[in-house]
Amino acid sequence: MENSVIFSVRLSLQVALLSTILIIVSGIPVAYLLARKDFKGRELLDMLCTLPLVLPPTVTGYYLVLVFGRNGLIGSFIYQWTGWSIMFTWYAAVIASYVVALPLMIKTARAAIESVNRNFVEASYALGLSEFETVVYVVIPLAKRGIIAGVVLSFARSMGEFGATLMLAGNLPGKTDTMPIAIYSLSGSGEWTKAHLMVALMTLISGVFLYIANRYSKKNI
Amino acid sequence: MKKAGVVYMFTSLVCMVITSLAFGGSAKEVSVSKEITVSAAISLKNAFEEIGKLCESKYATKCIFNFAGSGDLLKQIAGGAPVDVFASAAKKDMDEADKQGLTVTGTRSDFALNSVVLVVPAQARTALKSFEGLNSADVKKIAVGNPKSVPAGRYAEEVFNFYKILPSIKDRLIYTENVRQVLDYVARGEVDAGVVYATDAAVRSKEVVVIATAPESTHKPVVYPVSVIKGSKNEVDAKAFISLVLSDEGQAILHKYGFKSSKQ
Repeated sequence: MENSVIFSVRLSLQVALLSTILIIVSGIPVAYLLARKDFKGRELLDMLCTLPLVLPPTVTGYYLVLVFGRNGLIGSFIYQWTGWSIMFTWYAAVIASYVVALPLMIKTARAAIESVNRNFVEASYALGLSEFETVVYVVIPLAKRGIIAGVVLSFARSMGEFGATLMLAGNLPGKTDTMPIAIYSLSGSGEWTKAHLMVALMTLISGVFLYIANRYSKKNI
Repeated sequence: MKKAGVVYMFTSLVCMVITSLAFGGSAKEVSVSKEITVSAAISLKNAFEEIGKLCESKYATKCIFNFAGSGDLLKQIAGGAPVDVFASAAKKDMDEADKQGLTVTGTRSDFALNSVVLVVPAQARTALKSFEGLNSADVKKIAVGNPKSVPAGRYAEEVFNFYKILPSIKDRLIYTENVRQVLDYVARGEVDAGVVYATDAAVRSKEVVVIATAPESTHKPVVYPVSVIKGSKNEVDAKAFISLVLSDEGQAILHKYGFKSSKQ
């Protein structure tokens, strides 16, 4: 198979994996906070985390450029200190996928955590477990179904991310062309055979992944 | 049981991290001393990739391309994307870049021209012969780019206005968000006709047929400007790339893909 095709498949998997890991690590705590804590700015945090779900991905991507570009809020500091810009690198693709897919994790995990029976949590506290232990041994296992659904959704969304990625990571052949971007690029230059191959591969990989995820969650939960 | 679950999750996480690190290592690019990043309109992809190869063999400068719509490319540059050269498919976007002070003054030049054509589905049996023919009641749906955001749509409107047919065909127009979408609709026979650039029609010459080319007097010239971007770390090579595009060799490549020389 063509090298560029293999590269895109690998890059897509790499970006989606890394973004999903970041989403698991940061999404579950945020979902827990939103579900169980009452604090100032909770609604604001909820709104900020949901916004990428509502905005067109290109607009999200534009915001990300305003934050991470060389003239951006964070990007300008990074550029001043290191002379390096995250734009047009594969890390940018991870950031774009992360931001766009995070709401899916937070929304599903939050609903799952909220539906955990309070009595079990109270019992856990009564038996002397700390809050952290309660979360790890009681809340998360009971909310497992929803959390796994969130992980699957986030991974799938990260694999298919296009709009925000195109803005922040660009369409640099051999550097940032994930499968969706390569498909856009190939159809743009009329290389239909390759484009169709890529579309078929993308459908196959996503289909297999979703199938495995479904099987796993039915067997184990 | 619970512990086993946690251990399982943790190990799989570690495995995932290791895999991604291994991937990450191999995805790192080998640093080449001379490298420029060229943000170019996606319609230029075929031609520019060939010019890029020429640039590599001639000047040993590696050209990294970033292909997207001109409007998106402009937004990236305004946000501080590390770009050396910007090649736009519309005068308007380059004017905007100039206005925002993003370009190096004196480096801008027009390097190509495109023409506006009327296309119909290849398998359609149509009596349509010209732009004026769109007035006929047989033509029910005409795809054009949305003039508000798509340059090709603005040119199409200018052509319609020239032939004074815009009022009568206005409610038959199907607006699209980019010019490739027009091409898709026509290729699939969803519409009776569409207005695209000659170079776009050439990309799908099996599926669409060009039946008329709008004379240059009917619309503003479709020019492709190119310029060096401020903050380029490699201005010398960026300028060399632009002169290569403007050279006879570069122009010959552009010509091969249906662009006309802007230097007539």
